[in-house]
Amino acid sequence: MNYGRSNAQMNILDRPLPKVAWRSNDQGTVSLSAFAYLFSELVQYHQNKVTSISDLERRLEEAGYNVGLKAVELAAFRSKEYKRETRLMSILHFVSGTIWKSLFGRAADSLERSIDNDDEYMIVDYMPITSSYISVPSDLGQLSVDSYISGIICGVLQSAGFPARVTAHNVAMDENEMANAVASSNQLLVPRTEKAVFLCKFSREVLQRDAALER
Amino acid sequence: MFLTLFIVNSSGGLVYTRQLSPLAPKINTNDSLRIASTLHSLHAIAAEAAPVKLPGNKNPRTGADDGIEVIEAGGMIMQCLQTRTGMKFIISSTSTKDDLSEILRNLYLLYTENALKNPFYELDMPIKVDLFNRGVDLLVEQFHSGNMR
Repeated sequence: MNYGRSNAQMNILDRPLPKVAWRSNDQGTVSLSAFAYLFSELVQYHQNKVTSISDLERRLEEAGYNVGLKAVELAAFRSKEYKRETRLMSILHFVSGTIWKSLFGRAADSLERSIDNDDEYMIVDYMPITSSYISVPSDLGQLSVDSYISGIICGVLQSAGFPARVTAHNVAMDENEMANAVASSNQLLVPRTEKAVFLCKFSREVLQRDAALER
Repeated sequence: MFLTLFIVNSSGGLVYTRQLSPLAPKINTNDSLRIASTLHSLHAIAAEAAPVKLPGNKNPRTGADDGIEVIEAGGMIMQCLQTRTGMKFIISSTSTKDDLSEILRNLYLLYTENALKNPFYELDMPIKVDLFNRGVDLLVEQFHSGNMR
């Protein structure tokens, strides 16, 4: 931060985002296309340095992790009354609601608990902005560029005191979900066929602590 | 009824070709490459042969180079949209009355969204992007059903 220097003197990257009068959102917004091109370069940059798909996913996660660590602090700073979340369900609602809104302008589409394992929860997004314009070629079949977002979630949870392993998965959508997704995707020319599911697997201590707080 | 779509890059190489309806003639790969480079050369030559030139040899509105915009034949029309970067989107259709500029603009939009924002697509290489193919299919379907009314 450069106190005492006017906007014109600061490096353009340090200047605050402009607040345009006709935009209803009072926090500055950035064009989706600008983000898409920047993210595309990020993926290409890492792809040149790795040799396997899991390495590429890991690097994208690391990039997102740093964003997540700071996103919590920023959200706490900006909200009027912020009481630090200590319960598991509250932090998950915080991530799928507040964090999602501050990053993507809308809440996540759903938050679910896994039936098989009690330490797994899933955040579902029908239209993640990282993969909106990207179609992965068949020779990189399992790659999910939404690893960037799963890195963000991991950073948020870590910084809030709930260490977890977060992974991104592409799951085919059924008819109802596709209808819902089309209704909200006025930006996309080509409707998506897959939704992004972020699987959060919390560590043992988190569950034990949460069970202890329950009593 | 649309027939064929060609997308040619600024050096004259074919980047994408697609039969848009069953009426379209079956062209093998070599012929498509030849057609694409011929269209590219004709586009450039037409600017020289024209009796009237555009100022600065460029269209002041779109920034595209001076050259062939429409080829009308008996029973067929072929329209070309050239972008500021020299990419040419060429589409042929059986109906001689329609203006194809709208579909060409939408195809350009599809290209910028699904090919250029894709980190796995190399510039000027043949387009093998799934989102782009699906987008083209959807767009042609929309236009066909719109026209059939």
